[in-house]
Amino acid sequence: MANFFDRMLGRQPKEGSGSMARDRLQLVLVHDRINLPPERLRELKEELLAVIARYVPVDGSTVDITLVQPDRNSSKIVAEIPFGKGAIQLEGGLHDYTEDDDLEDDPHTPAREVEDDETDPL
Amino acid sequence: MAAKVITVTSGKGGVGKSTTTANLGIALARMGKKVVMIDADIGLRNLDVIMGLENRIVYDLVDVVEGRSKLRQAMIKHKQFPDLYLIPAAQTRDKTAVSPADMIQICNKLRDDFDFIIIDSPAGIERGFRNAVAPADRVLIVTNPEVSAVRDADRVIGLLEAENKGPGQLILNRLKPAMVKRGEMLSPSDVTDLLGLEIIGIVPEDDLVIPASNSGVPVTLNDSSRAGIAFNNIARRLCGETVPLMKLDEPESFFKRLVRLFSGN
Repeated sequence: MANFFDRMLGRQPKEGSGSMARDRLQLVLVHDRINLPPERLRELKEELLAVIARYVPVDGSTVDITLVQPDRNSSKIVAEIPFGKGAIQLEGGLHDYTEDDDLEDDPHTPAREVEDDETDPL
Repeated sequence: MAAKVITVTSGKGGVGKSTTTANLGIALARMGKKVVMIDADIGLRNLDVIMGLENRIVYDLVDVVEGRSKLRQAMIKHKQFPDLYLIPAAQTRDKTAVSPADMIQICNKLRDDFDFIIIDSPAGIERGFRNAVAPADRVLIVTNPEVSAVRDADRVIGLLEAENKGPGQLILNRLKPAMVKRGEMLSPSDVTDLLGLEIIGIVPEDDLVIPASNSGVPVTLNDSSRAGIAFNNIARRLCGETVPLMKLDEPESFFKRLVRLFSGN
């Protein structure tokens, strides 16, 4: 359908202010729909990280927390929060993972994905 | 006969709701349909001037709601199309003079005698919007290819879904194909992708629209107007016909090419 309209208009894929409008709207609409402005999302991220950091060391430089909205009625926050170096001592709080071969073989930080479905945002 | 109630709304003001309502009303009447239009923008009456019916108003919507006139007395018959009527908005009152229940009741009284009831919603998302949407079987959301209009349309779409009145259909008004081609305007596909709604019509920007409003003769009566043709096509789609979206990228006329050549664009 999308391509059909574009072909109908003889539109060439060119970068003008039109694509800027589209990109800006894409972001604005996601935040509008769940009534969570970008600055509030930033605060949410900070708090989320602070909470997790109370339990395990977190590598703050590689954290990725974003709003995802495949369509209007399904929004979610997808967070990728890699543990920091101190987390793979395989002792104490992380004893659950000691039997995990992958974890023992991999000297690097394992990444854990936390998905938080937001079924009824409003 | 059981009329279909169609509400024309937008969120943002000035995108062409009243123009759309007037033209769809005329186009449907021209197809032989029995149509009544209701101006729900109480306090800011507009549809009457666009239709050229401003001098014939005796009673209005609020007079009907408050019992000062019978429904039939407030219905202004169009000169050219005897099956086309307008119920004007009150000019001296505000939106709270009418309730959503009043609107449902009025539409129910009209349903048996008409094919279409078209309600012109006020801008905004408050009481006036809720009045206009309450009786709707189908909602048309008018928007322009512009960031503010699209954002407001999205808000309205969300509210309609919450009220179980969705999904509506989009009318993309005032599109400038040449600007889209240059990449300087949101394209129809951009707008459908962003809003996630089907487009029922694309109306190109047309210099004939304002003269039509000036004279109180909606542009759809001008067969050489591209906007007029677009409105006619939407009316046919509302009647269930399959009408392809018109080709908007007309080859440049010799004259325009000449102008462009000399202006160095």
